[in-house]
Amino acid sequence: MTPPLQGRTRVLILLVAVVLLGAVGTGAVLHAADNSTRTKQAQPGAPVVTPGPVSLRPPAGGRQLVFRNMAWGPHLDELVSVPADQPDGPRTSSGVQCLRFYAAAGTGICLRAERGALQDTYRAVVLDDHLRELKSFPAAGIPTRSRVSPSGHLAAWTVFVSGDSYAGTDFSTRSSIVDVRDWNLRENLETFAVIKDGKPYQASDVNVWGVTFADDNTFYATVATGGRTHLVRGDLAARTLTTLHENVECPSLSPDGTRIAYKKRVPGLSEDSPWRLYVLDLATMTETATAEQRNVDDQAVWVDDATLLYALPGDFGADLWTVPADGGGLAERVLEAAVAPAYPG
Amino acid sequence: MYVAESRSSKAPVDPALRPGRRAAAVPGTVLALGTVSLVTDISSEMVSAVLPLYLLTGLGLSPLGFGLLDGIQNGFSALVRLAGGHLADRRGADGASRHKAVAVAGYGLSALCKPLLLLVHTVPLIGAVIAVDRTGKGLRTAPRDAMISLATEPAHRGRAFGVHRAMDTAGALIGPLAAFLVLRLAGGPLLADGGQRHGYDAVFTVSACVAVLGVLVLLLFVPNRQPGETATATAPRLRDGLALLRLPGLRRLTFCAVLLGLTTVSDSFLYLLVQRRLGLATDLFPLLPLGTAAGFLLLAVPLGALADRLGRRRLFLAGHGALLLAYGLLLSPLGGLPAVVCVLVLHGAFYASTDGVLAAAAADAVPAEQRGAGLALVGTGQALARFGCSLAFGALWSAVGGTAALGWSAAALAGCVLAAAFVLRDAPRDTASGTPIAGTPTVGTPTAPGASGTAPPSDSEVPS
Repeated sequence: MTPPLQGRTRVLILLVAVVLLGAVGTGAVLHAADNSTRTKQAQPGAPVVTPGPVSLRPPAGGRQLVFRNMAWGPHLDELVSVPADQPDGPRTSSGVQCLRFYAAAGTGICLRAERGALQDTYRAVVLDDHLRELKSFPAAGIPTRSRVSPSGHLAAWTVFVSGDSYAGTDFSTRSSIVDVRDWNLRENLETFAVIKDGKPYQASDVNVWGVTFADDNTFYATVATGGRTHLVRGDLAARTLTTLHENVECPSLSPDGTRIAYKKRVPGLSEDSPWRLYVLDLATMTETATAEQRNVDDQAVWVDDATLLYALPGDFGADLWTVPADGGGLAERVLEAAVAPAYPG
Repeated sequence: MYVAESRSSKAPVDPALRPGRRAAAVPGTVLALGTVSLVTDISSEMVSAVLPLYLLTGLGLSPLGFGLLDGIQNGFSALVRLAGGHLADRRGADGASRHKAVAVAGYGLSALCKPLLLLVHTVPLIGAVIAVDRTGKGLRTAPRDAMISLATEPAHRGRAFGVHRAMDTAGALIGPLAAFLVLRLAGGPLLADGGQRHGYDAVFTVSACVAVLGVLVLLLFVPNRQPGETATATAPRLRDGLALLRLPGLRRLTFCAVLLGLTTVSDSFLYLLVQRRLGLATDLFPLLPLGTAAGFLLLAVPLGALADRLGRRRLFLAGHGALLLAYGLLLSPLGGLPAVVCVLVLHGAFYASTDGVLAAAAADAVPAEQRGAGLALVGTGQALARFGCSLAFGALWSAVGGTAALGWSAAALAGCVLAAAFVLRDAPRDTASGTPIAGTPTVGTPTAPGASGTAPPSDSEVPS
């Protein structure tokens, strides 16, 4: 055994260690701060973004695409618009920051983080057609999905909630729906009655995420329980969720209401990239794999009844790609440095 | 004089002196170990607090299904804890136990995991790193508690454990704040969904530095040999670990810890029920664990001191009574914020009067040379029972619904508290004053267990 050190020597060793470790920690923080200031400077070759008015009403000339801009520069994380037929053209920035966004019929839903004194809090903000805040609601965790009904009357959002347990691996989701006409809020869809395989079902591990609306009463979503995921049809008035099909995540209903685009967890794939983009025919429950061969972790958007738009990881965080919904064709990149798109017309 | 607990550094305590009177009852070693736990918990909770955010926005991964390994983890963790306790009791060449060495290995393993997070970027690997981190935690728990008990006068063990647990919990509360402060200074949290990780890398680096500091404090300020250690030449063998259950005091305590653990609904279920039954605003949900921790922090020392005065087993039972009250409140028609606060205070009180108090009670029932294994046995029994309760409660919830499941659990807990009170009814008073005569230690020899009601051997505080 080594002889015991003198008390003074011990304190000295500790002090030296505190100074050294403090220097390493400070260096790491400064390095990160330096990197994050760089994201506020425009990069050469990045899409051009200029401030200007952004409206959720269709412009005279036709459709537009509104999304969260991920190109580095002063307009990082702001909602921008581009003409739908010129997606890689110059972007007009509204100055409104959102992590997640969707819009339909002049109503927008924007999930954003707010700097708190001790930690960040999250809010779901309902926007009017000029992106002005109508009302906002506190959210319990990290925003992940958002949708608006075709009429613009209902808005839905999903956040991840986690406890602070030691090495917390305990995650759950929380999905809410609000009626923008009377602000009637269904804060937690887990309180709806689940009807699984035709029978009432209850469990402590029910999680709901990825709402997509058919009309002002019917919606579809994912319900996870017992380690499996299910497509459910939700009824807002009856407060029920009825299972329809297994292994469906982040459903997105086609404009004609006949098909669901979704993430399928394909057996045999690696744990890092378990999902592929599929389309489900609601009448026959036939599954069709799209031509996109990579892992898709997004709630797809229907460009029209034949084409899907979705995000994949890219140099600036995410790029937007399209692929035909019938399983043919090829995936194509249509936009760089963009996420959470919507055709708000 | 004290038989087995003769302390090299202090004169024996005058039996006439009532415990709980003097503030000087907490030795420096306990404060040092408390500091190690505080610093280590800051480091661990920094990572825990940002992990979901990191997975989602830093790596663009979905965290759902991440907790699937928890079951395997729990079983493995329990085994590691037993191994840690046994290894720590083994003697080195100098005849001293290896409590400190095993604790250093455990803390060191966890410290190594923090910089690894800078290198791994996939869910399976991150899961593996967290598993190693927990292995370190399992390894160090028993030797750490053994050192606390051996460094402290038996009469003041409840308070000493209370001080340690309060410091530990303080670290758990500071951790998330430290993490968000670092993210803030680093210009984050960076809200890009993928691609930009530097804010989190700063958190992991700072967390690693803090963890190294914890290991250093342990190395520098915790002595290799505790005053309560017996300089015996016989190292306990593995089968002596099983013979521990022949000690009637420890057997009863383990039995009761398991029995009560089987009806202790896990925290996550409890918070879920708080939210559903008491109508809590959604955005307050993440604050529920902090409420429990705050209650635990404030009550750990006073309730530990109370345990020294009233008897540790009694307080252990009373703590489960507090949990029963919390269940009752959840089942009652009451609601709103006051009810939520009451449930959290009761939940905190439950931890404050069972967590460290159980360790103190177990220390009374095990001879010094097998302290690590004995504490591991009780702790592991309780942990496995609680895990079993989680599985059963989940199944019960599916069968009859959350409220009914809680009702059944409350009834079962009430029954188990009564049963445990009966089992521990004639246990000797474990305070410094008024203890019965102890027998000589018969550890490792296959003697028949003493009749019900005989005193725990060897290291109960026996003026002889």
